[in-house]
This record gives sequence, structure tokens and C-alpha cells, in this order.
Amino acid sequence: MNHSIEVKNLHVSIDGQAILKGFNLTIPKGEVHALMGPNGTGKSTLAKVMAGHEDYIVESGEVLLDGVNILGQEPDEISHAGLFLAFQYPMEIPGVSIANFIRAAKQARLPEGEEINAIEYYKELYAKMDALKMDRKFTARSLNEGFSGGEKKRCEILQMAMLDPKYCVMDETDSGLDIDALRIVSEGVNLMRSEDRAFLVITHYQRLLDYIVPDVVHVMFDGRIVHSGDKELAKELESKGYDWVKEAFATASA
Amino acid sequence: MSDIDLQDQAIQVDTEKGNFKYPENYEFDAGIGLTEDTVKYISDVKDDPDWVREFRLKALEVFKKKPMPTKWADKDLENIDFDKIRYYLSKGQQPARSWDDVPDDVKETFERLGIPEQERKFLAGVEAQFDSEASYSRMKEDLEKEGVIFVGSSEGLAEYPEIFKPYFGKVIPTADNKFSALNSATFSGGSFIYVPKGVKLKQPLQAYFRINAENFGQFERTLIIADEDSEITYMEGCTAPKFETATLHSAVVELVALKNAKIQYITVQNWSSNVFNLVTKRGMADEGAEVKWIDCNIGSRLTMKYPGVVLKGKGARGEVLSIALANDGQHQDTGAKMMHLADNTTSNIISKSISIGKGRSTYRGQVHMPKHLKNCKNNTECDALLINTNSRTDTYPAITTRGQNNTVQHEASVSKVSAEQIFYMMQRGLSEGEAMSLAVNGFVNELMKAFPMEYSVELKRLIDMEMEGSVG
Ligand SMILES: Nc1ncnc2c1ncn2[C@@H]1O[C@H](COP(=O)(O)OP(=O)(O)OP(=O)(O)O)[C@@H](O)[C@H]1O
Ligand SMILES: [Mg+2]
Repeated sequence: MNHSIEVKNLHVSIDGQAILKGFNLTIPKGEVHALMGPNGTGKSTLAKVMAGHEDYIVESGEVLLDGVNILGQEPDEISHAGLFLAFQYPMEIPGVSIANFIRAAKQARLPEGEEINAIEYYKELYAKMDALKMDRKFTARSLNEGFSGGEKKRCEILQMAMLDPKYCVMDETDSGLDIDALRIVSEGVNLMRSEDRAFLVITHYQRLLDYIVPDVVHVMFDGRIVHSGDKELAKELESKGYDWVKEAFATASA
Repeated sequence: MSDIDLQDQAIQVDTEKGNFKYPENYEFDAGIGLTEDTVKYISDVKDDPDWVREFRLKALEVFKKKPMPTKWADKDLENIDFDKIRYYLSKGQQPARSWDDVPDDVKETFERLGIPEQERKFLAGVEAQFDSEASYSRMKEDLEKEGVIFVGSSEGLAEYPEIFKPYFGKVIPTADNKFSALNSATFSGGSFIYVPKGVKLKQPLQAYFRINAENFGQFERTLIIADEDSEITYMEGCTAPKFETATLHSAVVELVALKNAKIQYITVQNWSSNVFNLVTKRGMADEGAEVKWIDCNIGSRLTMKYPGVVLKGKGARGEVLSIALANDGQHQDTGAKMMHLADNTTSNIISKSISIGKGRSTYRGQVHMPKHLKNCKNNTECDALLINTNSRTDTYPAITTRGQNNTVQHEASVSKVSAEQIFYMMQRGLSEGEAMSLAVNGFVNELMKAFPMEYSVELKRLIDMEMEGSVG
């Protein structure tokens, strides 16, 4: 068995427009990879395709979780297989409290007839909220409804921590977070780092990677990875911008 | 899960729990179609007193003359063939006082629906109607001692004419609409309740209406009188098996809340999708009294129901809280009527409708507040939730207010469960059905907090059932 998440030669389009154009990436368990790249290059598209979004048309390629292709599976099946996506833009679900939502998500993972132990559930929920410095009053609020940008992102990480996924895809979790929140959320993520978990961290900024130090940094441009390196690469991007990548890419593909 | 799939997916009305029937063997059968003889047959079987015989025959005349409702109407009404319906079916007219004495098939029916169990758990009294007549009726003894009356409508008019007669047909006159006239001609079953002065029932009384026969019309008639300073909660549940042909349920429910009394009337209806459910419900509230309708409509082919309150005395309060769920092929045409007839009266209407697939829901409201009144208030909120692009929802509020210091507040909203919301929830591991169910529960959550606990639990279960099994 292959303990990794592997994206192989992925081609994806929407409305006849190609977005991912031969995307390749392998993240072994235990590693954190950062994915950076200019706006509109297809980072969120990649994340949603991995999670089973049906609007995107997969022309070819595979996404393997532990060696099993998950493309074509329903989003809930992919979730049960261990993939979690922290959304760039989390949806609001009016009337459904955070506590009930996470509980339903956990319940959905249990075999028929088995019920969640409510006392243990709340204990775990409160412990994880405390770690993320979230006010316990939040449990009763409707999921993401009226949340500030930063609160939404914190709530995504709370869900991630509660659902214990094997593969975490975090899409711009840092955007919207203030300086303190960035540190707190990053600490939460670092606590989850382990030998049997892999992370794909999509971000525009080095500051997140100061806290969540990546093993590998990839630069994406026009639907594929054009350059990979160690954590220093992110710093280089921060100081130089993307132009040099674009230039290098243009000459390489010319 | 794409939009296109959603449109094509017929979400099945899950009447699993209610979708079974027993063979039809009836001792009393009025035959098919409605004539004077049908009405006389019902009167004979029930041994009606003369005034009731006359009342029925007059009502039949009104029914024949009245056109179908034109203004508050649905084209589908034209598909009811009154000549093909059976108007009275029963195994006998005397309800048993013990489940042991109820005929086996009827007892099993109600056991499968969980009625005896609920009775033991939290009810003060139960009446269970099977087609035209109650098969079982029983109330806790201590309530009997306090003078509470809880019997079927026939027993009510026969045994307690001095209380029954002055109020019967007064809140809803025979000629109110075509279906109230039909009910007045053919009524059978339903409850008669009288709560004496100052008696406050702590537990609800419950009635359960079950249709077992095909092509049948159920016309129960309920009259509840709460005397001064008394309080009562009444709950009714309704089911029928799935038939190929149309079945008619056309009840009339009249509530009378005398000075400072409180009546709460709760309906949870889970009709199968062949049932035309055309019900007239109205309460009258005297000075300081309160009438509250909690009305939940799941299932049926067409439901037309607009519970109302006539706010007759000063300071009276009226409330209609309703939830309607229209699945593929169903039309929920529901709403509320509030007639303010005295100063300082207040009314509150909260209506939540959910339309799924080709399901359609309509809200019709009427708030009447004449010019000469002072300090009257109405609040109306109607919210609609659409679970795919084919669903349809309409709102027709009619508010006539004039006069000083009268205030009316009206809010309406339409929202959708988007594919992105479903995707988000599925990403967390919920199935599509669970995700929709959660969204619907979220939509009605706030309102359900105002409902009694046992009722919310049952309602939540019904909604889950309706949404699950629905997809994939
Ligand atoms: N549902 C959609 N319909 C039409 N176009 C889409 C859709 N989703 C994505 N696109 C297009 O695909 C391209 C890639 O979008 P994507 O959101 O994946 O970019 P991104 O790399 O995440 O950008 P950002 O850094 O701004 O978040 C964009 O041009 C976008 O407009
Ligand atoms: Mg993005």
C-alpha cells in the first residue's frame, strides 16, 4: 500500500476551458507541501476536484489516496476515505449549529446503529475549541452565518481537527486571519502534523509558512507545477514575486 | 449531485411507516357517491337526533349549490370526482375504551403507528379514528373527575347537547366554503372536547386519523370548547397508505376559547401523495383568550388549509405557526387568517415552506383589522426554502389594516439550498440526503423551538425520513 496522496497528470476543464493542464504532485504521509502561485492558476480548482466537486470535468489523470483512485467518487465517500478540504470560501449553513454540524459529520462516519457519545463529543469539541481560542458560545451559532472572515477560517480548522482526516488540503486558510489568529491556527495545524498525515497548504504568503514550515514548496502556473524547492523557495517568491517564474516558464516551454 | 440530476430526482414521499393497509371488511358502508340517501344512511347508522338530520340535509343542498373555491383555489381540485368517493365506512359506532377490545386489524394498525406507546408515555387521552369512526377513545380518569369531556363528535352531540349545540357550526358556518358544507353533510368521527372553568390540562389530548380504504372520504368534525381560564393542548396525527386513486380528507375543526382560556392545536400530517387534504380550521378567542395553531403539513397530493383565529374579545391573541413540505408532485397551499374584531388584539403568523423537486408551495394570508379598532398588532413572517430550481413558491399576503395605533409587520423571504452548500456538507462526510435534511432542519429550527418537545422530535424524524431515501 502506498501511503501518500498522488495527483497524476491531471487535466481538468470547466465550460470548455482547460484549467488544470497535466498537474502532478505526490505528498507522502508525514510531509507538508505548500502550493503557491498567482491568482487564477487553478489552486482552488485542484482542491475541489480532489474533494469530488462535480462541476469540473476531469479530462484525464488520477488522484490516488493510498493508491486508490478517488476521482469519480461522491464527495462524502472521499471524505470518508480521509480527505479534508478547508475551503477558501466556507459556505454558510443557516440554522445549523456548529456543534450539530460537526456531530452529524462524525455520526456519518460511524457504522449503522452506533451512536456518538454526547458527553465525550462535547469534551473533545470544547478541548479543541479551547486550543484554537474559540469562544465556547460559538457552538450554538449557525455554521459560518455572519462569521467574520477569520472566524470562518478558524471554524474550518476546528472541523479539520474534529474529523481527524489523513489528508488535509488547506486552501488559503491564512487569508482573513489576524496576526494572533494566524499563530493560533498554525499551532493547531502543527499539533496535527504526524507521521500518518499529509498536508497540502495553499497560500500566497510566506508568513503562514513561518509557522507551518513546509517540507516542499511548489510553484503553480497556468494549471501545473512549474517549479519545486524547499522552504527557501517561498522566501524567494516573497521577495521576487512571480515574474521570474513566469519568465523561466515561458522560456522553458518555448 | 449536479443541478440537472437534482431536477430529475423525484424525492420519494417516505410514508414507509404509514404505507400499509389491511383488507377492507366493513359492517357499515354508505356505498359510492353522494345523494340525499347517502346522508340519510349516515344519519340512520349514527342514530342522529332530528336537528342533526336537518343540519346535514341542508348542508348537502349548500354543498351542491356552492361552486369550487375560485379565488383560493388550485386547478387540481377539478380532479376530485365526488361521485366516485365512499362517504361512510365503519365496523361499528362505539369506540372501545381498552385497546384489548379494538378489532385486531385496527389495533395492529395503530400499534404499527406507535399510538398505544405514545399514550402510555405522555398523553392525557387518545382517540384513534379508523376511516369513519373512532375505534378507541380513552382519557385519564382524573380528568374525567375534573369534568373534562373528551369523546367523539356523535357522542358529544348525543350526550352533551346543551354544550355542543350552541357552538357547533358557529365558528365555521356550513356555507363557509364548499368543503365545510361537504363536511357538514357527511361528518363522522372527530373529537368533542369540553374543558371546564379553570381546568388546565398538563398533558396533551391526542387524536389519530387513519384512512385505510381506497376511494374513501374522511370527514371528521372536531369541536373544542375551553371554558374561562382553562388550558388545553390537542394534537392530531394523520396517515394513509399509498393508493393509486384519489382519497379525500375534508375535516372541519372549530375551537372556542372563552375568557382567558388557552387552546393550542397541533397537527402533524403525513398523508400519502394520493390524498386531497382540504380542511377548514378556525378558532374563536374571547377576551384575553389565546388560540394557537401549530400546523405541519408533510405529504398529500394537494393540501388547502388556512387555520384562522377570530379575535373577538379585547386583548385576545391568535397565532399560526406552520411548516409545509412540498415534495415532487405535491402542492401545499397553506396560510392563515386573522380577523381582529376587538381592541388590543394581537396576532402572529409564521409560515415556513420547503419545496423540493417539482413540489410547489403557496402561502395565502389574510389579516383583517377594521378602522374602528385601537392598538391591534399583527406580525406575519413567511419564509420559503427551495431545494432545486424547479420548485415553485408563491406568496399572497392580503392585509387590510386601517385605523390608528394599529400596527402590521410583514416579512417574507425566499432562500435556496445551493449546490455549493450541499457540496460543503458532503465534503464533511454527510450523504446528499443527510445534507439536505440538515439544511431543512436548519431552516425550521428556530420555529420548532416554539413547539412542544415530543412534537419537535416526531417532526424532525418525519423530515429526515422525507429527505433520506430521497436521493441516490
Ligand atoms: N465554476 C467555475 N466556472 C467558471 N470558471 C471557473 C470556475 N471555477 C474556476 N474557474 C476559473 O478557473 C480559473 C482557476 O480558478 P481557481 O479558483 O482554481 O484559481 P486559484 O488559483 O485558486 O486563484 P486564487 O489564488 O485567486 O484563489 C480561474 O480563471 C477561474 O475563473
Ligand atoms: Mg483559490
